[in-house]
Amino acid sequence: MSPPYSTLANLTRPWAAFSYGFLDPSAKREMRRKMIKAIAVPGCQMPYASREVPIARGWGTGGLQVTLTLIKPASVVKVIDQGADDSVNAASIRRFLARVSGAAETWDTLAATIVQSRHRIPEERLRDDQVLVLQVPNPEPLRPVQPNMSIARQMHADADYGRLWLVLYEQMVRSGRIMQGAAYPALVNGRHVMTPSPIPRWDVPKLNMARHLTLLSAGREKRLYAVPPFTKVEPLVFSDVPYKVEDHASLTCYRSGLRGVFMNEIPQAAGGSLHEASDSHLGIKAIRRAEGEAVEIGPLWYRDGEFRG
Amino acid sequence: MILLERLAPELLTAAPLLVMRHVSKRYGPVVALEDVSATVWPGEVLGIVGESGSGKSTLLRMMNLEDTPDAGDYTLALPEVPGNLFALDRFARRQLCARRIGIVYQNPHQGLLMGHSSSGNVAERLLMAGERRFATLRARARDALDVSEFPLNRMDDPPRLLSGGMQQRVQLAKAIALEPALLLLDEPTTGLDVSVQALVLDTLKRLQRDRAITMVIVSHDLGVIRTMADRVMVMRRGRVVEEGLVDQVFQDPQHPYTQELVHAKL
Repeated sequence: MSPPYSTLANLTRPWAAFSYGFLDPSAKREMRRKMIKAIAVPGCQMPYASREVPIARGWGTGGLQVTLTLIKPASVVKVIDQGADDSVNAASIRRFLARVSGAAETWDTLAATIVQSRHRIPEERLRDDQVLVLQVPNPEPLRPVQPNMSIARQMHADADYGRLWLVLYEQMVRSGRIMQGAAYPALVNGRHVMTPSPIPRWDVPKLNMARHLTLLSAGREKRLYAVPPFTKVEPLVFSDVPYKVEDHASLTCYRSGLRGVFMNEIPQAAGGSLHEASDSHLGIKAIRRAEGEAVEIGPLWYRDGEFRG
Repeated sequence: MILLERLAPELLTAAPLLVMRHVSKRYGPVVALEDVSATVWPGEVLGIVGESGSGKSTLLRMMNLEDTPDAGDYTLALPEVPGNLFALDRFARRQLCARRIGIVYQNPHQGLLMGHSSSGNVAERLLMAGERRFATLRARARDALDVSEFPLNRMDDPPRLLSGGMQQRVQLAKAIALEPALLLLDEPTTGLDVSVQALVLDTLKRLQRDRAITMVIVSHDLGVIRTMADRVMVMRRGRVVEEGLVDQVFQDPQHPYTQELVHAKL
């Protein structure tokens, strides 16, 4: 038999992609709604469904879902892992993002429209047209002091954060200084305490009154929260013990010669250690500039180890 | 003794600090409190005795605003909270409890964070009230522990490493750190051996004498009540069966249950 008779194939439209960016439209819609809620109440954790994505839970699924929702074919994505663009996890997430959405990949902070990150915020200042997506392993700042999450949520509702200072008090008593290195709890917009994901103390001031939007998402814990542009983010401190960032002002990157940025320490076989700039692409740009290339380096958050805001 | 030191007219004319009227509470079919009224004057120690299950701890929990009754009202003569305290919202309740009411539980696990340091436990109370200076926190925690006669060389040990008597002293330090208007003691010495019990009671007694703190002490031990309290309320099955000065009630009990209780002790 031959046409004209109806088969399923000629009754339906030819196959075309239903959506882009891996997530289906209903998942994206939920993410968008939750992101808007999170932005409306800065620092407040919003629960969300956390779909399956093709990487393992705990490897950045939360950040990935936010990025997949925000991404457009015209986007430019940068993915960093501990400051590096070329680590396996960062590279595979970035390649995946480009493949499912058609977005461009970049290592350059200045060129990116979406920066997904784990453990660091780039050293170059982010602009108001950029979005920072942070992967969060543990979104609950109260977990160390209150293992029961139901009670922790009540404590958030009551703004009952005294026990977080208790942790700091005990660090002061035991060690004479505050030992909290990463994920330093911070009060957002004078109301909710959030954990800024495991970024070092060095990076927390970058969130305060920033021009860019920050979205923090924990895929395994199914929680999403945000720091909108121009929002106060104050690290918790005692009024007589000032907040101190890591003392990296005097260190020099042994490869690029950069000073006054956050450094990674590299222990040497012969003893002692060298330091290299943690923001790897900033280091690359500095090297290329020193070799005479015309490379644009954006304004930095820090100058000589002092935060400039 | 305390009573004799105070002038009688002062006690009679002063306004009571704590007034609880017609409080009733049921848990399902169980009647925990039935029309209980209590009044405590400033600087006075009220003892509450009764057998297990007589509702004395429930009454103390109501005084600490941990639970709301089915009926009744509760006022404290404090400028910031004029009305019925049971009508306060969660937030106001928590603030009031943190700043104005201290409590020592029978079981230290209820009142202390066992994993945190002892001085930290005291500091937590100050943090709840909004103190954010480290030096002040440290100094005030030390002072409160010192007043409770806690050995200061152990002030940074967690309570789980301390003896029962010391744990009670940490609870006491925490309770008095903010100089509360009302101190509630729920069987503070039960479970301690007799010599430690005497030492803890000594501390309580001295505190009461030095600072004239208003206290409500719940115990089933008549000895404790006799040492500590000025007035006593005898409770049974959720009701107050007898109330009066300690000497009067223990020397000349009127209600058959009180008679039984006093004789059982003797």
